[in-house]
Amino acid sequence: MTLELRNLRKSYREPGGRSVPVLNISEFRMGDGEQVALIGESGGGKTTLLNIIAGITTPDAGDVQIGGVNVGQLPEAIRDRFRADRIGYVFQTFHLLPAFTALENVLLGMSFSGKKVDRQRATQLLERVGLGHRLTHRPGQLSVGEQQRVSVARALANSPVLLLADEPTANVDPANQQLVLDLLRDSCREHQVSLLLVTHSLDVSRQFDRVERLADFNRREALA
Amino acid sequence: MNLAVIAWKNLQQRALASSLTGISIALGVMLMVAVLVISSVLDATFSQRTIGYDLIVGPKGSDLQLVLSTVYHITPPIENLPYRFYREFAADPRIASAIPIAIGDTTEVGGFPIVGTVPQYFLEDYAPKRKFLIRGNTLRRPFDALIGAHVARTNGWDIGSTFKLIHGGSDSHVHDEEFTVVGVLQATGTPNDKSVFVHLDGFYLIQGHDKPFDEAIKREREFFGEPPLTEEELAAEVARLKKKYSHDHSGHDHGHDHDHMEEVPDLQKEVTSILVNAKTPIAANLIAGDLKKGFKAMGVNPIIPMRRLMVDVLGGVKLLLLVLTGLIVAVSGIGIFVSIYNSMSARRREIAIMRALGARRSTVLSIVLAESIMLCLGGGLLGLLLGHGLILLAAPMVEIRTGLLINPATFDPSELILFPVLLLLGSLVGLLPGLTAYRTDVADALNG
Ligand SMILES: Nc1ncnc2c1ncn2[C@@H]1O[C@H](COP(=O)(O)OP(=O)(O)OP(=O)(O)O)[C@@H](O)[C@H]1O
Ligand SMILES: [Mg+2]
Repeated sequence: MTLELRNLRKSYREPGGRSVPVLNISEFRMGDGEQVALIGESGGGKTTLLNIIAGITTPDAGDVQIGGVNVGQLPEAIRDRFRADRIGYVFQTFHLLPAFTALENVLLGMSFSGKKVDRQRATQLLERVGLGHRLTHRPGQLSVGEQQRVSVARALANSPVLLLADEPTANVDPANQQLVLDLLRDSCREHQVSLLLVTHSLDVSRQFDRVERLADFNRREALA
Repeated sequence: MNLAVIAWKNLQQRALASSLTGISIALGVMLMVAVLVISSVLDATFSQRTIGYDLIVGPKGSDLQLVLSTVYHITPPIENLPYRFYREFAADPRIASAIPIAIGDTTEVGGFPIVGTVPQYFLEDYAPKRKFLIRGNTLRRPFDALIGAHVARTNGWDIGSTFKLIHGGSDSHVHDEEFTVVGVLQATGTPNDKSVFVHLDGFYLIQGHDKPFDEAIKREREFFGEPPLTEEELAAEVARLKKKYSHDHSGHDHGHDHDHMEEVPDLQKEVTSILVNAKTPIAANLIAGDLKKGFKAMGVNPIIPMRRLMVDVLGGVKLLLLVLTGLIVAVSGIGIFVSIYNSMSARRREIAIMRALGARRSTVLSIVLAESIMLCLGGGLLGLLLGHGLILLAAPMVEIRTGLLINPATFDPSELILFPVLLLLGSLVGLLPGLTAYRTDVADALNG
């Protein structure tokens, strides 16, 4: 599904009351099924951008259109359901629920969507990220890289149309990095899913046809 | 995973706090169930279904005391009626049956109340339209005894068993006379099950149950409102009686032959009360009215004081206990509130994660509500089981101490009201933390 950002602006307010500009994007587009690697310096606003696209963070101004739908103008409850049904998000800090096992965390991703909770599919996804032997472990009993892969499986669970991945391979060894990357890219390719993937790794970014540097289209200094 | 499963997982995560608050609800409900069941047992015990007589006649005094001592053997009788009164009273043509009762002693084993009466007692309805069934024989000889089903079970007695009595007075010595069980009454669900019936004649033959002549004469004259005798007249009368009944009880040795019917003068006999069935309901009222005008006896329709007892005393106690247990449940509800509310700050991030995964505000509110409702209902269910368990365990003890027969399977329909009430409590208690979850700002809480 297409993604279109227009005149997007976001600043954070510092404790002192000063405003810190983070995002100022006049235009950004992704085609249906397109895969884009997003790179940029730390603190550049990549995570903030992904959160705005997912509807988790509200921008100060501007539009986010997903598949032609202006997400920011949807009533909140419908936007929540839209997020559950259409968007997969591999969070930079995973955001797994500590009380739930790996399998349950994946199932939880399915619970809030309109789709059926499919245990078999959840199990298969975990097997595909190499965690078939860790289904009943809680996040606290998993290594950081394992937690990250649970998060990847959860993001794919609802068959999203747009996949946001915030450094999904930052914590895994090279072999697993490629496994996770292939899984994400192959799943997206199979179902015409658009993929926006943040990475610091050259190994990762050079596999993408389109690589975008955030600083190139984010004129944040113009906001100040 | 549905919301209930998610809520359950959250409760499991706070297992200690969850189980403590759940148990506190359970304890409150347990006490409430116990109160409800015990009061419904009291209702059944003290309702008209336990006695089949129109009137109980006894010395003037408290009508409630008369009923409690005659029917339930709960309080000992204070005064008695002279036997002469019984004889004259029973001759009233309006009366269908008048059965004398003498009580006061207990069995040496088990402490069951002894009821001295006549065989006719077992031919009358013990409760409306219900007749006694006897395995064995009825009372024929003075030292025969019939025992209630509960007595037979508890003491392990059967036909042929023998037993002695403990005197009911202040000295509580064991009487030497031995009674023999000749029959066992089938269970009736009334205080009869826990009584031992002996022949009234045997009751009087027990040493000390016949009043000394001089005392008996004074008492009888006083009862009938006759002027007291002078010292000389009294001495002469005692001498006359002693001569007539030359067998002096107070001095004999106790090796007497039980089959030999000794005679106790009527003067020395007393009855505790008289169970009366009148020929018509109107006759019962008339008899009671006549007694009111007369000497020192009264006729009481047993239902009236029992109903008063139920409403005035037990009703108030029941209400008080229900209010108290209600407060316990309410306080437990506050405990649940505190426990969930306190957990909310720790769970801000988890709630934000669920929102980030697409859970709506109303969904996270529902999850928190489900948690408190599950605690309330789960605690309530546990309390219901514990309450009936408590009754199961306590029934024999209550029975021994108070004489109340409690069927552990007793289920008071008002127990069912608990569940909608607990549902409401859970919703109320979960509402505020639920709204906290509802208001959680996702972006803030995800990073925080
Ligand atoms: N909730 C917030 N309140 C205030 N400032 C924030 C908040 N979130 C992010 N920022 C600031 O916005 C800037 C961009 O943060 P962001 O997390 O988007 O960076 P990033 O590009 O993802 O960095 P990294 O590569 O290290 O993950 C940072 O300077 C950060 O300090
Ligand atoms: Mg980041």
